[in-house]
Amino acid sequence: MSMLKVNNLEVAYGGIQAVKGIDLTIEKGELVTLIGANGAGKTSTLRTLVGMEKKSGGSIVYDGQDISGVPVYDFVRRGLVMIPEGRGVFAKLTVEENLRMGAYYRNDEDGIKADIEHVYELFPRLKERQKQLAGTLSGGEQQMVAMGRAILSRPKLLLLDEPSMGLAPLIVEKIFEIVRKISAEGVTMLLVEQNAKLALEVSQRGYVMESGRITMSGNSKDLLDDERVRNAYLGE
Amino acid sequence: MNTMTKQPASAKKVATFVASAIVLAVLPFIVGGTFGNSWVRTLDFALLYVMLALGLNIVVGFAGLLDLGFIAFYAVGAYTFGLLASPHFSLDMPFWITLPLGALFAAMFGVMLGTPVLKLKGDYLAIVTLGFGEIIRIFLNNLNAPVNLTNGPQGINLITPIEVAGFSFGKPHEFFGITFNGVYMYYYLFLALTVLVVIMAWRLQHSRIGRAWVAMREDDIAAAAMGINIRNIKLLAFALGALSGGVAGGLFASFQGFISPESFGLLESIMILAMVVLGGMGNIPGVILGAVVLTVVPEVLRDVIGPLQMATFGKMIIDPENARMLLFGLALVVMMLVRPEGMLPSKRRKAEFEDAKEGV
Repeated sequence: MSMLKVNNLEVAYGGIQAVKGIDLTIEKGELVTLIGANGAGKTSTLRTLVGMEKKSGGSIVYDGQDISGVPVYDFVRRGLVMIPEGRGVFAKLTVEENLRMGAYYRNDEDGIKADIEHVYELFPRLKERQKQLAGTLSGGEQQMVAMGRAILSRPKLLLLDEPSMGLAPLIVEKIFEIVRKISAEGVTMLLVEQNAKLALEVSQRGYVMESGRITMSGNSKDLLDDERVRNAYLGE
Repeated sequence: MNTMTKQPASAKKVATFVASAIVLAVLPFIVGGTFGNSWVRTLDFALLYVMLALGLNIVVGFAGLLDLGFIAFYAVGAYTFGLLASPHFSLDMPFWITLPLGALFAAMFGVMLGTPVLKLKGDYLAIVTLGFGEIIRIFLNNLNAPVNLTNGPQGINLITPIEVAGFSFGKPHEFFGITFNGVYMYYYLFLALTVLVVIMAWRLQHSRIGRAWVAMREDDIAAAAMGINIRNIKLLAFALGALSGGVAGGLFASFQGFISPESFGLLESIMILAMVVLGGMGNIPGVILGAVVLTVVPEVLRDVIGPLQMATFGKMIIDPENARMLLFGLALVVMMLVRPEGMLPSKRRKAEFEDAKEGV
């Protein structure tokens, strides 16, 4: 059974169709990427998957269940977690409070503490800054907080929206290293990226999205070698 | 820029605690002995306002929901107490029924107000809550016909003072050869309940519910994505804020012995909001300070302005009552210009104002 099966998904804002009927499948344990230019409909797709936008057509089956009409706050309990574009950390909460927000629905204090320690191992930088307000951190550190917070939610399927946006190349490397680590820990992931090269290198499969449609899909290695992808997204 | 202060040693904490407990315990005697019993009465009112301001702080400071009709919950608490323990309905229920019942009704009214305004924010929410406060007052004013429920503008009279095991807080008592006036007894009662409200507010602030409110204030969609049920957490803020208001209202009714719709006007709502904002929204010590200052300062001005004018000019130039409000208003304006984050702002509020200054 697939972790996520999207069939002919459509999303519209007013009269404008942002997503024009896409199919997407993610198997358990996979790291899949969705690449495409600005305005291709990638973020709209993700937001619809976690209930933040209403779909105007098609179906979404997550973990064997149709999740239409599930309220936003219920997704995290079902293990479907998104790290939004621009990180979405709570600026007025401290680093540790942000991490605890990720575990809001959990009641196992021991497990939460262990997971916080685990995040501090992954990002020693956050441990140093645990009592600092997240709004005072650098962009890279905020991305670490966002990822740490997602780990605290114990996701089954993690949706990552543009984790590299606005970050220095060195930090991006570090972030992708963690993406790889989280994936290796068995979390299924869907990674949306504009940085197509990095995304295809880290993932197993990829989808290419253009003006609301999926135009190509396949193994990431093949896509990396594909002439059209190279021309359009890798700048070669 | 790690500005976190180190946790003070627990011995120091205990010392501070004991010292403040002693100060609070002897305060009415110092104040009453020096300035007279009417000032102990002012202290009592200060404590009532601390409870009210802490209640409103849950709604405005913690959850970020601007409420301009908070006094309605005070009214609900007061009228519940008044109607159940006065000759109006010939009822004389004990305070341990009327006070919790008033708090419960107030909380119910909080949910009643909260439900229709779930989707509203900022100015729109402020206008609806303002209307709600006025509706409650106008109802109280007019529910004397066709069935006389509230006795209209005449209000409820002869409300029973709080009595514990035959010990009435309304009458003077003698201990160790000293006569204690009712205002002293009520001081300790109010103090005890204020401490309870402070503990409730403090525990809330540092719980996951408190964090959820902060998160919701900042970005309700991101907060919902964390698994927070925004509807429930908003209603909880309204209910818990109203609960404190209801307790204060019940105490007010028994303390005064008389309530009328006049006590629950819009100006009172604004006053409590001013306490929260001036003291430091979201910060419990700040809100307490704001409530005490805004209760005591106008009273001091009332006593000082008249004689001061006589001494300087030899005659009254401005009516003391007007001059008092004038100075008070001026002080508020200056305060908001000089220190808009309040006297004792919370860490988070401070950060917000710093952001605003830097234009981030």
